[in-house]
Amino acid sequence: MPLLEVEGLKLRYQGASGEVRAVDGVSFSVEAGAALGLVGESGSGKSSVALALMRLRPRNVAHFSGRVLLNGVECSRLDEGEFRRHFRWEKLAMVFQGAMESFNPVLKVGEQIIEPLLQRRMGRKEAEKQSMALLDAVLLPARTFDRYPHELSGGMKQRALIAMALVLHPQLLILDEPTSALDVIVQAEVMNLLKRLKRELSLGILFITHDIALSSDLCDRIAVMYAGELVETGGADGVLLQPGHPYTQKLLAAVPRLMEEKEPEFISGSPPDLTNPPPGCRFHPRCPYVFDRCRVESPPPFPANEHRARCWLLLR
Amino acid sequence: MKPLLALEDIRMVYQARKGLFGFVPITALDGVSLSLAEGETVAIVGESGSGKTTLARVSLRLLRPTSGQVLFDGTDIARLPEGRLKWFRQQAQGIFQDPFSSLDPFMRVFDTVEEPLIIHRIGDRERRRELVYQALEEVRLIPVKEFALKFPHQLSGGQRQRVAIARCLVLRSRLIVADEPVSLLDASSRAEILSLFRELQHRHKLTFIYITHDLSTARQFAPRIAIMYRGKIVETGPTSQVITHPQHPYTRALLEAVPQPDPSNRFRERRVGFQETARE
Repeated sequence: MPLLEVEGLKLRYQGASGEVRAVDGVSFSVEAGAALGLVGESGSGKSSVALALMRLRPRNVAHFSGRVLLNGVECSRLDEGEFRRHFRWEKLAMVFQGAMESFNPVLKVGEQIIEPLLQRRMGRKEAEKQSMALLDAVLLPARTFDRYPHELSGGMKQRALIAMALVLHPQLLILDEPTSALDVIVQAEVMNLLKRLKRELSLGILFITHDIALSSDLCDRIAVMYAGELVETGGADGVLLQPGHPYTQKLLAAVPRLMEEKEPEFISGSPPDLTNPPPGCRFHPRCPYVFDRCRVESPPPFPANEHRARCWLLLR
Repeated sequence: MKPLLALEDIRMVYQARKGLFGFVPITALDGVSLSLAEGETVAIVGESGSGKTTLARVSLRLLRPTSGQVLFDGTDIARLPEGRLKWFRQQAQGIFQDPFSSLDPFMRVFDTVEEPLIIHRIGDRERRRELVYQALEEVRLIPVKEFALKFPHQLSGGQRQRVAIARCLVLRSRLIVADEPVSLLDASSRAEILSLFRELQHRHKLTFIYITHDLSTARQFAPRIAIMYRGKIVETGPTSQVITHPQHPYTRALLEAVPQPDPSNRFRERRVGFQETARE
């Protein structure tokens, strides 16, 4: 049984000019101790998936459906109190995008880490002891406990955030663009850390990024998202070395290569308006291989576990 | 050939506050020299805190260096008073990292791009409109008339960055200093903006300083590269040579850190430890 199973997740927001189909029937699973990369351009719905899993949906949700199973328990059905007491932060935790700016500036970092422990009536001594162990696990010196957020560098803040997410020992960690504000060397250090945590704590990880190259640094499986739908899912080797969907191929071709004399390509056009997505395959207006069927008929969604691409070229 | 821009032994020392009355000097640039021929592109690569942004600001005279000369077309602009810099302001332009904060949210694209023309008293109304539309077309914000009327919040990150580029083009500037112009964009828009840069650079013989922390985009865009570390240029040379035969350990760490799509990456740790020891 996978750690996390998501089936037919749909999330629509009420926008000024109609419903925005941010997530439109997304299914995937994450195994314990494995990382799934959720990759796509900005606006493809990646962060909405994460917020839906944490049940932190914004107020303007017009429609929400789908099943989310964690360890076989359908947590999308639980009432909010139950979910808050036993799931959020305890079984699944998240490091939010841009969270480096959301520390409480007047509270020492350590206090912010132990807050949930104290809330759960743990003694202060014990809580401090546990947070020291956590700081150690994310390779921060113990004195970080007494530092204020502004005294930390970007990389240190990101590590502290990871420690905060891990404080209640969740089995699943959701990371939303955890390195996008960091420069490459610090980014590589954070990725090294995540690799280690995944192995040592056998954490399941949902790694959200726009950078398919970066996803290869951590992820065992990769799911490519476009305009609210998954267009390809599979093992990292398959998706990166033999991408099936034209969109995945284009994403890979857009990565600037360090050692090859190859110009990066870009995907012409822009992602569709999700209040009124194009009929048929949502990528068809930008696809170089488009043919008649793509314009009218949407390729069927695929089961979560194989390497599959949602494209008529491959289904013919 | 006479360089268009020559930085000579630039030092930049900031006074950082310490305690209530004290100051500590922080050396952001420590004797940096760099020269660019007209039409040349150089990438300055380094991590945050290496001084690369300070270098950009000094080159644009947004900051006055503590010592050293900034020769633009033979004139030392480091010491000229602001009142005598208008010609330089027309010829040198900056593009910054965050297109969400570098554009005025209350100005339409047309007004943003037209403003520099008004400031530099170029053309009458008709002529200015022509120039603005031409610039928008060059950065491929098409249909031009539609984009001209939009506000920044209606544009994507890549489109905003194009507005910033159009704003440089409209003045026919000779030097463009781009400070992390694509680091907040996703891979496809990043490739698109860099290819646009290259095209404009060729067409207008622009001189370009491209500042980044990412060697892979530097390789894509700049034939020459300078690696900055702690306020100094520690390695410089033709890009392909620096990348294939890095000399400085910091350059090697930068190379090691660049993400490339290779599924075997997840089984190895990246050896970027050089820096942690150096920092302590």
